[in-house]
Amino acid sequence: MPVPAQLQFFVDPSRCIGCQSCVQACSECDTHKGESMIHLEYVDRGASVQTVPVVCMHCEQPTCAEVCPADAIKRTGDGVVQSARKPRCIACGNCVVACPFGVPELYADRQLMMKCDMCYDRTSIGKKPMCATVCPSQALFFGTREELEELRPQSTPTNRFRFGEQIITTRVKVLAPKTKAPPPLLDVTAAMDDRPEVRHARLRVLGGAPAALPPADDPFAEVEV
Amino acid sequence: MAQPSGRARATAWGVAATATLAVLIVAGSRKLAHFDAALVGYTFATLFAVFGITYRYVMWLQRPPTRLYWRRGWQVFFAARGLPRNVLTAARRAVVEFAANRFIFVRGKLRGTAHWLIMWGCVLGAAITFPLVWGWVHFETVPGKIDHYRTLVFGIPAGEFAVHSVLAFLIFHGLVWASFLVIAGVMLAFRRRMIDQGAAAVQQFGEDILPLVLLLGISVTGLMLTVSYTWMKGYAYSFLAILHAVTVIVTLLWLPFGKLFHVFQRPAQLGVSFYKDESTSGEQARCRRCDAPYAGATMVRDLMTVERELGFRYELAGGEGHYQEVCPRCRRAMFGLAQSALWASAPKGEEG
Repeated sequence: MPVPAQLQFFVDPSRCIGCQSCVQACSECDTHKGESMIHLEYVDRGASVQTVPVVCMHCEQPTCAEVCPADAIKRTGDGVVQSARKPRCIACGNCVVACPFGVPELYADRQLMMKCDMCYDRTSIGKKPMCATVCPSQALFFGTREELEELRPQSTPTNRFRFGEQIITTRVKVLAPKTKAPPPLLDVTAAMDDRPEVRHARLRVLGGAPAALPPADDPFAEVEV
Repeated sequence: MAQPSGRARATAWGVAATATLAVLIVAGSRKLAHFDAALVGYTFATLFAVFGITYRYVMWLQRPPTRLYWRRGWQVFFAARGLPRNVLTAARRAVVEFAANRFIFVRGKLRGTAHWLIMWGCVLGAAITFPLVWGWVHFETVPGKIDHYRTLVFGIPAGEFAVHSVLAFLIFHGLVWASFLVIAGVMLAFRRRMIDQGAAAVQQFGEDILPLVLLLGISVTGLMLTVSYTWMKGYAYSFLAILHAVTVIVTLLWLPFGKLFHVFQRPAQLGVSFYKDESTSGEQARCRRCDAPYAGATMVRDLMTVERELGFRYELAGGEGHYQEVCPRCRRAMFGLAQSALWASAPKGEEG
């Protein structure tokens, strides 16, 4: 059964509190049992607690599917880009490197790419994906456009993204500030040199050696507390 | 959509492969002397299947990523310095991954068991059926030894055996053993498709159920033939023979179009494994944002080429590089940062 057209997936990374609920819940989905397909990233671990949840955006012209040599990735009529078809996927990893959002994952032991399929076992019968079900801050929201507009009067959804000179349109939408102008294009490559806003906190160290600072050039380095 | 020249090329290869098989049938059956006329329907179905499979395979190879990986796989495999090692590695992977289905067992024990049973049942069935259908294997009574059969392969004597020996029993019931394997495997596969909600959500009748139904149909009708002539004095044998032929011929005609085509695509996994080995051990691409290695440099360069061929334009503005030079992790971080920037730059008066 297709995912009902009126039900849409809205992502608002600025609301993410990094609680990991989505990561845990995702692995309960029957189409990718035991494996969490959502990515929850710190944008710069040393400087900020800002996190971003990344699900498959279900592109209208999926780069992952186009570059797949085995023709294993298919987009169903409801706009959902399905995980690689198991008999076909040859685990080359092209999709992993090609996806502009960095979504697919390669499982070398089982020779298979897996990715978020919007919890197809749930959404195809009108239920919410697991991540949207548990997200306490509604950074991940699954519902109708009307429900969203009622909840977020200051937001407007956009589904157009720029990566270099390439414009990608997706089924999943991201929330942008509402203005009189048409919904904006999210220029992802413009954030190439961006770093999160650093908010300093003054702490008094009671004793012992001071914690080591993370390397300034590695945004994903673990922070010693 | 494939270009007309691509379709013409695929048709030419299809015709060539079909003609080659036809010539081999005539030659292997000693100008049709060993050809069993009762199996002529099967023969024409296999000829059609060969045309369809070749056509689809050639069309598939013409996709830009497939073409590139196909070329690169062979280049790496035949690289002079590694050829002997590559042959050994290919043989080992063929046994571990294909013959033993290791990677499918990793996905699930029952799933692996189901696939292993179906695969070997089909391999055994095909290895017996096709040579008989094409007249390549022929049995005849040994002159002067009425209880002995002689096997002729391509018309060349290849050994004798006693008709009532254990070996004869095993050989003449080869398709029965194949049916047992397939039926057990299909039952396990059906079980999973009935109770697994994840599988149920994404499965399609034509893609996932029909192949199981066809394989079950072939196996059950084949067993019914054995039952008919062994225990029921040939009751309804003619009808059952036609019914069995229909299930086999429909499967052969459908072979190029559906899921079973993966049998011919899957060996690409071997070629890709050599390309990946080369990619992993060679120079690594480093992320232009965080400087971490994230993929083989060759792979990233090849991907850029394929993307351009497909019409994607991931080049960064001002010719400053390519988005493919950013690692997946930084892509995810940039996605969040880009949204933050959008809110930060919003006119404050209109913000909530």
